[in-house]
Order: sequence, then C-alpha cells, then structure tokens
Amino acid sequence: MTEPNLIGGLIGGGLIGLASLLLLAVNGRIAGISGILSGLVTGGMPGDRLWRSAFLAGLVAGAGAYALVRGGLPLHFQAQGLWLILAGLLVGFGTRISSGCTSGHGVCGLARRSPRSLLATMTFIFVAVITVFLYRHVFR
Amino acid sequence: MKTVASSLLSGFIFGLGLAVSQMIDPARVIGFLDVAGRWDATLLFVMGGALAVTVPGFPVILSRPHPLLAPKFSLPAKTEIDRPLIIGAAIFGVGWGLAGFCPGPALAALASLSPSVVLFVAAMIAGQWLASRVELRSRGASQTVCDDGGQL
Repeated sequence: MTEPNLIGGLIGGGLIGLASLLLLAVNGRIAGISGILSGLVTGGMPGDRLWRSAFLAGLVAGAGAYALVRGGLPLHFQAQGLWLILAGLLVGFGTRISSGCTSGHGVCGLARRSPRSLLATMTFIFVAVITVFLYRHVFR
Repeated sequence: MKTVASSLLSGFIFGLGLAVSQMIDPARVIGFLDVAGRWDATLLFVMGGALAVTVPGFPVILSRPHPLLAPKFSLPAKTEIDRPLIIGAAIFGVGWGLAGFCPGPALAALASLSPSVVLFVAAMIAGQWLASRVELRSRGASQTVCDDGGQL
C-alpha cells in the first residue's frame, strides 16, 4: 500500500459528515448505510423504498463520478472467493442484528452521543483488529 | 419528490467522500486494522473528519422541531445495551476484518463493476435477509414496540 492518505481522508470524512447532516436536516433520517440497505432488503412501505433507493443510487454515482474524473477506482482485495462470500454474509448478518455499521454507529451514533453506538463501534473495531491479526500474522 | 432529490444528493456526497478518502479500497481499511503491520492512520482521519462535522452539527439540527421536508425525525428508539448489539457488532467485526469492506464502501465500490464487489454485496444482502428471518423467529407475538427495521 502507498503512503497514508491523511489529507484525502480528512476531506473525504468531512464530505461523509456533510452528507449525514444533509439527510438528517432535510429528511430527518440517519445516514447509516446498513440500515438504509436493510430497509430495502426486508420490504417496507413504497414511499420508504424510494428515498432508500435514491440514497444508494447516489452513493454508487458519487464513487462513479470520482472514478470517471480520476480515471479509475483502485481496489485491492485481501480475501477472495469463498472468504469474500463468508465475509459478506457476516457483515450483512452482524450489521442487521446490531442495527448499524461504521456509518450508522460510528459517524451518526457517536454524534448523537448514543452509548449503544459507542459500545458497538468499540466492539467491531476491536474484533476486526483481532481478525486481521489472526488472518495476516498467525494463519499465514 | 424533493425528499428523494435530497436523499440522492446526500448519497452522492457520501459516495464521493468514500472515494476521495480511499476508504472504498479494502487495502486502506485493512491497513488501519493491521496494527501489527505497516499501520495506516487514514481511517482515523476519515472518522475524525466526519465527526468534526456531525458532532457539532447533529445537536443543532435535532434542536429544531422537525426536519425541513419531513414531519418528524426518524431516530433509533432503542437505548438499552442488549446482547444482539454486542454479538452483531462482533460478527460484523469478523467480516470487516476478513474483507476490509463495510456496507458503505462495498456498495459505493459497485461503481468499479468489479465481480468481487458484486459477490461481496450479494453475500451481504443475503446475510441481512438471513438475520431478518432469525429476528422474526426470535421475536415474540407480544412485541408491540415499533421497530422500523434497522433504523441505522
């Protein structure tokens, strides 16, 4: 991997925060990606599906616009094949059970000073650090 | 219709932020989580940048009587620390550590048209669906609390 992207990280993070403010101020909704997705996966009212679909379409379009301007979207995978499928299942299952992911608990929940979100964020970061340690340094 | 437009715009800015910060690249995230390797602080700066906006901004917005284009704020109702919160977060952590993908970056990365991303997102949707089945089974008929199906 190249050098840390600290300035890009700060700017990108600021944009993520700004997007969360916009959705809360106008729609009164929390910009938690796993929750926005799971509302579509498990049904819901038609009017509810519309804003969720629009948000996710915008999410892909935003990344796509960047890719068009910068000439690509470099992705480097650690896991492949079955590992990637297993990881996807765990991410989907876990975020649904715990009602949130990095954006919902990490960015929005912490801003609401939610003890649930603080605990969830500390838990998933801690477990992910242990997982990466085992995957990269113990079983390799 | 305006709420759909603002939702689309919010998603667009969010996706742009994920791309600019390079959180969309699993290697960046793994670099942060790999504390025993060549540690990459980028994710910390992304969280910092986002919280620098939301921590002061949220209270101001939530002090208003209602959102600009909606009758009320839809916020998570749960406040108690329960087992699903911790167990679910831990399960998510394992998947996040394995792939370096959490839901936002994974969905935004669909823009790359990479088959690996499609595979991961399909599995993630299946995982959410499975969890909703488990929730339905474990939730008694006596449940009357309004649950809007994963607000976050």
